[in-house]
Amino acid sequence: MARFEYAPAPESRAVVSLRSSYGLYVDGEFVEPLEGKSFKTINPASEEVLAEVALAGAGDVERAVAAARRAQREVWGPMPGAERAKYLFRVARIIQERARELAVLESLDNGKPIRESRDVDVPLAAAHFFYYAGWADKLDYAGFGPSPRPLGIAGQIIPWNFPLLMAAWKLAPALATGNTCILKPAETTPLSALVLAEIFQQAELPPGVINVLTGDGSTGAALVARRDLDKVAFTGSTEVGKAIQRELAGTRTRVSLELGGKAANIVFEDAPFSQAIEGIVNGIFFNQGHVCCAGSRLLVQESVAEAVLEALKRRLGTLRLGDPLDKNTDIGAINSERQLDKIVELAASGEREGAERWSPSCSIPERGYWFPPTIFTGVAPSQRIAREEIFGPVLSVLTFRTPDEAVQKANNTTYGLSAGVWTEKGSRILWMADRLRAGVVWANTFNRFDPTSPFGGYGESGFGREGGRHGLEEYLDA
Amino acid sequence: MLEGRLAVNKTYKLYIAGAFPRSESGRSYPVRTADGTHLANAALASRKDVREAVAAARAAQPKWARATAYNRGQILYRIAEMLEERSAQFAEQVARCEGLAGTEAVLVVSASVDRLVYYAGWSDKVAQVAGAANPVAGPYFNFSLPGPTGVIGIIAPPDSSLLGLVSVLAPVIVTGNTAVVLASEERPLPAVTFAEVLATSDVPGGVVNLLTGRLAELAPVLAAHRDVDGLDLCGVAEQDAAALERAAADNVKRVLRAERSPEWEHRPSPRRMLHFVEIKTVWHPIGA
Amino acid sequence: MGTAGDQLRVVTSGEAAPGQAPSAALAEVTSSEMTLRRFLAGLPGVDQVGAEQRAAALATRSIKARAKTWAIDTAISMVDLTTLEGADTPGKVHALCMKAVRPDPEDARVPPVAAVCVYPDLVGVAKAALGSLPVKVASVATAFPSGRASRAVKLADVRDALEAGADEVDMVIDRGAFLAGHYGQVLEEVQAVKAACGAAHLKVILETGELATYDNVRRASWTAMLAGADFIKTSTGKVVPASTLPVGLVMLEAVRDFAATTGRLVGVKFAGGIRTTKDAIRYLVLANEVAGEAWLEPDLLRLGASSLLNDLLMQRRKQQSGAYAGSQDLSVE
Repeated sequence: MARFEYAPAPESRAVVSLRSSYGLYVDGEFVEPLEGKSFKTINPASEEVLAEVALAGAGDVERAVAAARRAQREVWGPMPGAERAKYLFRVARIIQERARELAVLESLDNGKPIRESRDVDVPLAAAHFFYYAGWADKLDYAGFGPSPRPLGIAGQIIPWNFPLLMAAWKLAPALATGNTCILKPAETTPLSALVLAEIFQQAELPPGVINVLTGDGSTGAALVARRDLDKVAFTGSTEVGKAIQRELAGTRTRVSLELGGKAANIVFEDAPFSQAIEGIVNGIFFNQGHVCCAGSRLLVQESVAEAVLEALKRRLGTLRLGDPLDKNTDIGAINSERQLDKIVELAASGEREGAERWSPSCSIPERGYWFPPTIFTGVAPSQRIAREEIFGPVLSVLTFRTPDEAVQKANNTTYGLSAGVWTEKGSRILWMADRLRAGVVWANTFNRFDPTSPFGGYGESGFGREGGRHGLEEYLDA
Repeated sequence: MLEGRLAVNKTYKLYIAGAFPRSESGRSYPVRTADGTHLANAALASRKDVREAVAAARAAQPKWARATAYNRGQILYRIAEMLEERSAQFAEQVARCEGLAGTEAVLVVSASVDRLVYYAGWSDKVAQVAGAANPVAGPYFNFSLPGPTGVIGIIAPPDSSLLGLVSVLAPVIVTGNTAVVLASEERPLPAVTFAEVLATSDVPGGVVNLLTGRLAELAPVLAAHRDVDGLDLCGVAEQDAAALERAAADNVKRVLRAERSPEWEHRPSPRRMLHFVEIKTVWHPIGA
Repeated sequence: MGTAGDQLRVVTSGEAAPGQAPSAALAEVTSSEMTLRRFLAGLPGVDQVGAEQRAAALATRSIKARAKTWAIDTAISMVDLTTLEGADTPGKVHALCMKAVRPDPEDARVPPVAAVCVYPDLVGVAKAALGSLPVKVASVATAFPSGRASRAVKLADVRDALEAGADEVDMVIDRGAFLAGHYGQVLEEVQAVKAACGAAHLKVILETGELATYDNVRRASWTAMLAGADFIKTSTGKVVPASTLPVGLVMLEAVRDFAATTGRLVGVKFAGGIRTTKDAIRYLVLANEVAGEAWLEPDLLRLGASSLLNDLLMQRRKQQSGAYAGSQDLSVE
């Protein structure tokens, strides 16, 4: 028994009033799906069913596309930018007003710690709407030529790891530039997008400007398969991203993809030691490692490898795994059984292939999907855990001797989303940043996000940028 | 030409890693003028030549990317100088290949020179135009810069054998990419001659690699090659684009689709250049 | 060898040869100005933003119910109840001592505070009031708070306090010397005071608000510990900023790493600006998660404060009765 045992400090669920079932949000109304199909969304921390959610089919896609097309041509496209801006500002404000509710809902549906949904997901979602709202009437100055035109209608397929935030990343720039949207939330995390739909109603957004089609992979496939959207924006697995790129080959549909990653977090011997340890922890255990830009490969200079590992293990001993709604929880639940199986399988491969596995002792709740923070040492670059995206709280540790070797190892991946560099030597940071093939380089920090800061990858991590001025380009016919 | 003297004809070869090899396959194909007169035999490149060209482009890429922008600009300007000097030769060749009148061909060559000068000037401005310092809500300095995508496969326009080629190649290499170019299948000779200009313009070997041959044979190999990072389908017929794009998806290549009316025919813009750059964003804490 | 030992081996770049006992290695560190300087310069840097973020994250820990009750009592037992005013009188000190022994007259289960902290000339008053009661008498000394006096005056100040019966001495380091890079001078002065203290506990005030950077806080912490400090303490309370969570974080990391290297546990005292129960609990959480639970006792953790105690008592009553206490319910000294 620890001397200072923190009592449970759960955030109240009372702020969330879940309906037993949810329809699709099409043309400004919640409607029943044409084929009448639905699916259950569960709380991954308890396996409790949270709600029954409509499963959109091809007919629903048809309706949504028609609504979006009409809204784009008749209302949203012709609307002065200054007016579009005010709608987006309204949305941002309502997200802030309903922040607690959204945070609790996100933690319930996703399994992420309330500390993160409260301090990261929800405030950043509001900030994205705020940022892009201000662009709506200033697009002439965005650097894409005079009077850049919207593309038209955008199909946007988002993942389950940051359900609300990814919706904001997709919707805000699309709307600011005069496009209308069909948003397809992930199968396991549809709820915050549905509350977002309620927020669009509260903000009196014109019908059809945003349509939310909940469903599974078949819904997303039906959306993409139409081949008549002006834009498809996808965040998710590299496998599905490639399928989308293939599907849209030969069409005029613009595509942006934000896919997987296997980021190197590189620690030099002259790093700010304690902050580097925190950065490693934040890099891979933030959001249970369900982060495409997670620092899943720790590249540590051999001269400090032992010290870093000891400090890291000691630090992992203080991580608190458990109830996502507890304000003191650091590691929440794995989002789904399927994802847990994948993590378990890859971790087992690490052991089979000869890497050494370590986890702090921590008690795992009986129900729900959980995986303890895990470190693999003695990892060889050829092993699966060094190459494949695990998308879970599993860190593979490799060593290097020189800056050149660090760059070589960091770039030895088909991905290229992000990288971390830890050193107090300024010139080395810039040297590394120049050579790393990664769309985001965090130097002496990790996993920081901001609406003004472009995000996106090299190589098989996808193409296109979200955030900042660059994020506008994905939705403009410039 | 002296009466009775037999002319010495040039053998048209490939351009790979700064050298002019024949196709490893030993094959060639006849090239004719617009009205069907035999002009020369061009090298008929093979899949293996594509592989060699990609390997050369990959090897040259890091150093080319790290050359200063000023230096790359000077080299592009040097290409323009060398092209200008040989403009009479190019005008004649373009006229024969494309069936243009002499004066039209002269205009095409001047436009090509000017196009190179245009992109030469972009080298040290693109980062200022496409980059940004981002005011993030926290104690960080955050900046974004465009960097090269890497190795770009270019299927050059079929009709415009010189101006088209220059207009798609220059925006790719000026930012630090290296290129593997499939020249116009029917009109490859100006491209091969242009490679001679490149070879004498301080362009490091491997930065541009140029193949002549059958698009049906080479383009799918280039599109599917996993060490190619981007693909410019400028010269691909609409009905062939889908298959190449599908192949390109295997390693998520950045694809620039063929346009019905390519912008470069009228006026150049930074758009093609910005299609093959990656925006890299760097964060650093601000503290004492 | 523990983690920090390994860290140390790295940062001292070969001074502590592998296999050598860590304390012996440290003895070498203090053997000359040059070795000390090299050692301090070799300590890993502290990134300000990262340190502040970590401290802020720990400050979001939500301490409720029985954990809060335990934390309040623990915090009370760690308070150095302090009065350091020019206007201090025997009457004021006496009242403070009474409060220290029995903080809440209505509830005997409330533990006494750790110590009463006064200027040297009032140590006698405090000692007389406390007698053999389990509350220590601490005295600031060494030309507190600026420390701008000769070594002889500072040592005389210390002797004065000790002769009057002080159990603990809170000295200030020479920040001028430290900022001028004369680390050896700072070290020697702490060593000299430590020698003068004998059995009395020595708390070394770094005055982190004047050291300005976290790198300096880390270096000053190590200097004080190498010189034999029993406690390292943030502030005099006379300089703003006084104690802050990130400074606390850096100092707690230092005592943790020092313990891992030498086996000796040095205490930490946070002083200045700690007024609310929430503040106090944040420091407890910080100590718990950064240094470890070994530090969760008055021998190794102190909170230098005056008004904090009443807030702790009010929160304690709220925990017991469920009702918020009134502003006049507790005595004001």
